[in-house]
Amino acid sequence: MSSTRDIDALIEMMAKLPGLGPRSARRAVLHLIRKRALLLTPLADLMQTVAVTARECRRCGNVGTADICDFCTSEKRATGEICVVEDVADLWAMERAGAFKGRYHVLGGTLSALDAVGPEDLRIPQLLDRVMDENVSEVILALNATVDGQTTAHYIADQLEGRVRLTSLAQGVPIGGELDYLDDGTISAALRARKDV
Amino acid sequence: MVVPGLWCGVRLHATPVSMSLYLTELVLSHFRSHKRVQLGVDARPVVLFGANGAGKTNILEAVSMLSPGRGLRRSSAEEMTRRPEALGWKLRGGLVSLGQGHEVETWSENGAARQVRIDGKTASQVALGRIARVLWLVPAMDRLWIEAADGRRRFLDRMVLSFDPGHAEAALAYDKAMRERNRLIRDEVRDPAWYAALEAQMAEAGHRMHTGRVRALALVQEAQDQAETAFPAARLTLVQTEGAMPETEPDLRDALADSRARDMAAGRALVGPHRTDLQGVYAAKDVHAKDCSTGEQKALLVSLILANARALADRIGAPPLLLLDEVSAHLDMQRRAALYDEVCALGAQAWMTGTGAELFGELRDRARGFEVTDSGGASAVMERDLG
Ligand SMILES: Nc1ncnc2c1ncn2[C@@H]1O[C@H](COP(=O)(O)OP(=O)(O)O)[C@@H](O)[C@H]1O
Ligand SMILES: [Mg+2]
Ligand SMILES: [Zn+2]
Repeated sequence: MSSTRDIDALIEMMAKLPGLGPRSARRAVLHLIRKRALLLTPLADLMQTVAVTARECRRCGNVGTADICDFCTSEKRATGEICVVEDVADLWAMERAGAFKGRYHVLGGTLSALDAVGPEDLRIPQLLDRVMDENVSEVILALNATVDGQTTAHYIADQLEGRVRLTSLAQGVPIGGELDYLDDGTISAALRARKDV
Repeated sequence: MVVPGLWCGVRLHATPVSMSLYLTELVLSHFRSHKRVQLGVDARPVVLFGANGAGKTNILEAVSMLSPGRGLRRSSAEEMTRRPEALGWKLRGGLVSLGQGHEVETWSENGAARQVRIDGKTASQVALGRIARVLWLVPAMDRLWIEAADGRRRFLDRMVLSFDPGHAEAALAYDKAMRERNRLIRDEVRDPAWYAALEAQMAEAGHRMHTGRVRALALVQEAQDQAETAFPAARLTLVQTEGAMPETEPDLRDALADSRARDMAAGRALVGPHRTDLQGVYAAKDVHAKDCSTGEQKALLVSLILANARALADRIGAPPLLLLDEVSAHLDMQRRAALYDEVCALGAQAWMTGTGAELFGELRDRARGFEVTDSGGASAVMERDLG
């Protein structure tokens, strides 16, 4: 049995993180061990806490530590606008850009028959409920310009047609360019120039 | 992404040096039968001769990988890796495109999808299509006119792609949306909004594909009409396996919606650009290409490739790289000489193969000659004079 078994296991886990490979995982672990008091112990504590407290907002699907997230409880955010995104990473990208002042709805994916993801596997029924309940005036479809993203946008637009103003981010978002990868200026511009669908 | 500038751009007139596209260097590492081969060339055509199995077509395939897609054999990246080592492969091309030099690299490791770098920076295959336009004619296409429609559709889409690198994206988006819809059909999903959403995607991408095809055919037709050539003109038309192709995006969307019940019964989509076929007619004789002699069928293909190249030279300012594998097969001596003259007049860097140097004697110093041999399990390449 190897005397570095736990460390090897940690490296293996770290290498599964997005953006890290085996090489960078080894470097990160070595760094953590060297900065035990400054980094490793506090990180371990925080991970333990978040493992217990992290949850999805019951209303919008955002990730936080409360049942209902801050966006959904904040009165300032009750502008009547809901921005629909595929993923929490997209919500965070929109927030980084700082151009949107309303509330969000995270679908948790896109429609894809090939991947066996249907409307009920996404938060689409919940979105329809929110539009009825929350005095919503505009739904902004901020979905990626992929085939699945646009199919999903089209599907939602079809369900909401006539009930609320529907807009989508302006083109200029590159084809297949995912929101999370766009710079803040591009997102703000696409939001300002949004158009009715 | 469609590049509108390409269609409506200024007409540039071909002048020899700055307005051309050619490789200056090609390096193959562990690619098929080649362990490491480095070819230094110039703007002139390149002749590769040698025995069957020596590795000539492999070199043409390497050049074809400098354009988007899976190359002229449509192989996977894994199949191209040299065996028995199976380490992965790498290609590097020095390319002059419209007076600008570029270094293009593409490689695959461990059977993974290939990657592309242009001038040291990671690039997409679409970006590759913008700087390196490549057209090819290979012996497998000798039966193009008599075999199934998908071969002709691929030939057609290569032509379109040569004018519009964005065509590949439209085709991929269409294909993806169609496969999604076919899956709904097979799973017997009955949600009309889901079908409508996919049909909207199919109509958008499908219409772009269709207009791209119509425009490309018009350009090739025009280039044929204007040229003085020893090769027979073909009259090309798009035909549907059944019915007619809806001409507008809303029409295509409606046709797909109308076809839902029939598609359910068939288990797949029955309307759309995936059911378009390319019909060729030997114009001077008014005979369908499929009914022409083997030699005439080949001559029609050569004619189309040359017309496509001329149209491109006219639109973007440079003819494409041409890969003409075993091109002299089925061509008599006069036609062969005419082909060489036309390629040289066009200023295209045509990469041509054949078994012996004598097939290329008429080119003399108008082309660079290389002999390809099998030397102890790896291909070797040596420069030779051509007659
Ligand atoms: N992945 C590979 N690894 C090694 N050799 C290969 C590979 N793929 C094809 N070959 C060899 O390449 C040769 C065919 O080369 P090719 O270029 O088609 O010949 P030709 O000169 O007749 O055009 C065959 O001998 C074949 O075994
Ligand atoms: Mg060959
Ligand atoms: Zn929330």
